[in-house]
Order: sequence, then C-alpha cells, then structure tokens
Amino acid sequence: MLLSPDEWEILRLSLKVSAVAVCLCLPIAFGLAWILARGRFPGKILLDALVHLPLVVPPVVVGWLLLLAFGTNGPAGRWFEHWLGISFMFRWTGAALAAAVMALPLMVRAMRLSIEAVDRRLEGAARTLGAGRWLTFLTITLPLSLPGVVAGAVLGFARSIGEFGATITFVSNIPGETRTLPLAIYGALQVPGEESVVTRLAILSVLLSLAALVASEALSRRAGRGGHVL
Amino acid sequence: MSFEVDVGRRLGDADIRLCFTAGAGLTALFGPSGAGKSSVLNMVAGLLEPDRGRIAVAGDTLFDAAHGIDLPPERRRAGYVFQDGRLFPHKRVRANLAYGERLADPARRWIGFDETVDFLGIAALLDRWPRSLSGGEAQRVAIGRALLSAPRFLLMDEPLASLDAPRRGEIMTVIERIRDELAIPILYVSHDRAEVERLATTIVAMG
Repeated sequence: MLLSPDEWEILRLSLKVSAVAVCLCLPIAFGLAWILARGRFPGKILLDALVHLPLVVPPVVVGWLLLLAFGTNGPAGRWFEHWLGISFMFRWTGAALAAAVMALPLMVRAMRLSIEAVDRRLEGAARTLGAGRWLTFLTITLPLSLPGVVAGAVLGFARSIGEFGATITFVSNIPGETRTLPLAIYGALQVPGEESVVTRLAILSVLLSLAALVASEALSRRAGRGGHVL
Repeated sequence: MSFEVDVGRRLGDADIRLCFTAGAGLTALFGPSGAGKSSVLNMVAGLLEPDRGRIAVAGDTLFDAAHGIDLPPERRRAGYVFQDGRLFPHKRVRANLAYGERLADPARRWIGFDETVDFLGIAALLDRWPRSLSGGEAQRVAIGRALLSAPRFLLMDEPLASLDAPRRGEIMTVIERIRDELAIPILYVSHDRAEVERLATTIVAMG
C-alpha cells in the first residue's frame, strides 16, 4: 500500500487512542452536558468552569496535572493500578486519558447545546401519552439531541487525533505506545533529512481530519432527516 | 361527576384558582387569554403541580394535596391535545399515532388504529413527517394520537387557535363527533365565545 509499516503503526495507534478516548468521554460528557443543561444547583458556574478548563489552560499544564494525579505515585494512578490493574505511565492508555481530558470540553459544549435545544413541551406530551421519565428520555430527548451527540463525538475524535501537548508531557513520545500522529511528526522534525516523512504524515493527518468532518456531516444529516434542525 | 376540580397555584404574580364540577360531555373553560386556563389543564394532566386542592376524574383521585396523592402524568390516562399539536418531529405520523397506543394497556384500549385513522380521515398522511403537515392535518393527527393512548378523558387546549376558518369548522365537527359518538369526557379550553357555545355541554367561566 501507500504507507510504510511504521506509518501504519502510527496511524493504527492514533485511531486506537482517539477511539478509546471518545468512548471513555461519551457517557461522562453526556452526563455533564445534561447536568449543565437541565440542572439547577449552587456551584453550577464552578462546574461549568472546571469542565472548560482544559480548553483554556496550556496543554502542558494539563499534562503536568495528569502526571501528578495519574502518575505512578499519584493518588488516582495508584487507585487505578491497585483496583483495575491499569497503569497510565508511558502507555497508550495514558495517551488516551490525555486525549479524553482535552476533548471533554468540546464534547460537553456540543451536547449541552443540543440538549438545551430539545423542546421540553414534547417531553410533557410524551408523559401524558403514558411514557415514564426514563422512556421519555430514551424515545424523545435522546433522539432529538442525537445530532449534537454525534457532532460532539466527532469533534472530540478530531481533537484527540490532534492532541499533542498534554500527551507528550504526560506519557512522553514512545514508538508503538504513545507516538501518535502529531508526536511522530514532531519527532521526525527533530531529525535532519526526514522532511519527506513529515510531509507524508502531515498529509495523512489532514486526510484523517477531513474524513472525520465529512462523516459527522453525513451522520447528523441522517439523524436529522425527520426535519428538526440542530 | 366527570370532573371535580378545586385547585390553586401561584405562578409568578398570578394566583390561579378554580373550583368546579362537571358531568358528561364537553366542559369548556372559558375566559380571556392569561386567565390561567391552560395552567388548569396542565394541572389536570399532571404537568403542573397545584399548590393546594384536589383533582378527580370519573371518581378517581388524580391529585389531593391534603392526602399527598399526586399521580405522575403517565398514570393519569389523559388524552391531551395541545394548541400547537406538539407532534414528535423525529417520528412519522404513523409512529406519532402509535406512540401512546403501544404504551397503553391492551385491555384498556377502546378504539383501534384503523378505526381512528378512518374516523379522522388521516389515512393518506401516515407516512408523512409532521413538518410537512398543514395546521389542520397536524391537529387531526394530534387528536388521533391522544385517542389511541386509551385515555379516560380528553384535555383540549385551544385546538382551533392556529387554524384558518375552513379548518376550524372541520376540526369542530370532529370534536362534536368525539363528544357525541365516543362519549368520552372532554375538558376544553377556549377564549372564543362562538366556539364554546357550539361545543360545550357545560361552561365554566374563568378570569
């Protein structure tokens, strides 16, 4: 094929890290989006700010905070190691965690907007027709907010593919474990005479992002064919 | 008595209070806009909790503040026809009609799908999306959706308000037939005197 075995490895790792990050984030992001869209409680502004923090803090700082919390001696790191047998240091799992944290605010934003756009009077109509709260959520609220959930997932995926600063700070740049596309491009830039590698990897990452955006557009059009607009 | 309502609820600056009993047929809550007529319907449906009072339909208590009774909307068996139809935009007409029917206890259904579709003359609309329906068509589908959920009573909130004159006459005929042929108690909200005088068995003035 067009790609060398090393490039395939990088692409495969990037896709794996981003897919795991998005799957990890989806339920958490939806839960947070729901709380922020529908909840009324003191401290909501603080939660909102906390969720958005990775969007505005330098990624290096996020990576360092992850190192403190999820490192070998960090409280969260020890907990995961002891109870679930998962370690993050210098592993692809750490890269996925970093990508998930960085993608979270984008996913929450997209989902929150679409949950807020759902006409709550339709939920009332479903209740009078015999649907309980949970069924109303499953048959009315969730399908109507689906375009936003899909958009959020694709945005998060694209963000994860591009994640660099927090990843390299948290889990370093290790071939086969944490060397995703941006880290491989960065690595190749450090070596004289590797310009062609850089070009090929850069084209690859552009194509990947383009495919993600086209897929999201197609998916949200399909979800929206019932006639509601996001 | 079909309807026994004695409720009070503070909403912003307005204090909505209403006490009436009504027998069979169509009971019209009649009064100017802003008198709280729709809020009363929402209280009967269970979508708005009264601050105090009691609501009973056909002898069954749906709400009683003094005894801590407050049935959730899904257990009140109200067929609610909203002013704006309020059809589910992500479901075709057929799925909208079937939504409440599938949730209803089969033993309690008193009208079939095909019968409802014939009764309302909406056979040609079944595969359409709600967005593509005219106001009159949407309102007939909304009435069908409510009838198919096996309701004990109907709540109608100005179902003619968004329609032009010919459609109003058409839907009014449908409502008269529901009142006379299906013999289900109806609580009906309107601010239009002519409409109320034509349809109502009992008139309750509000505001």
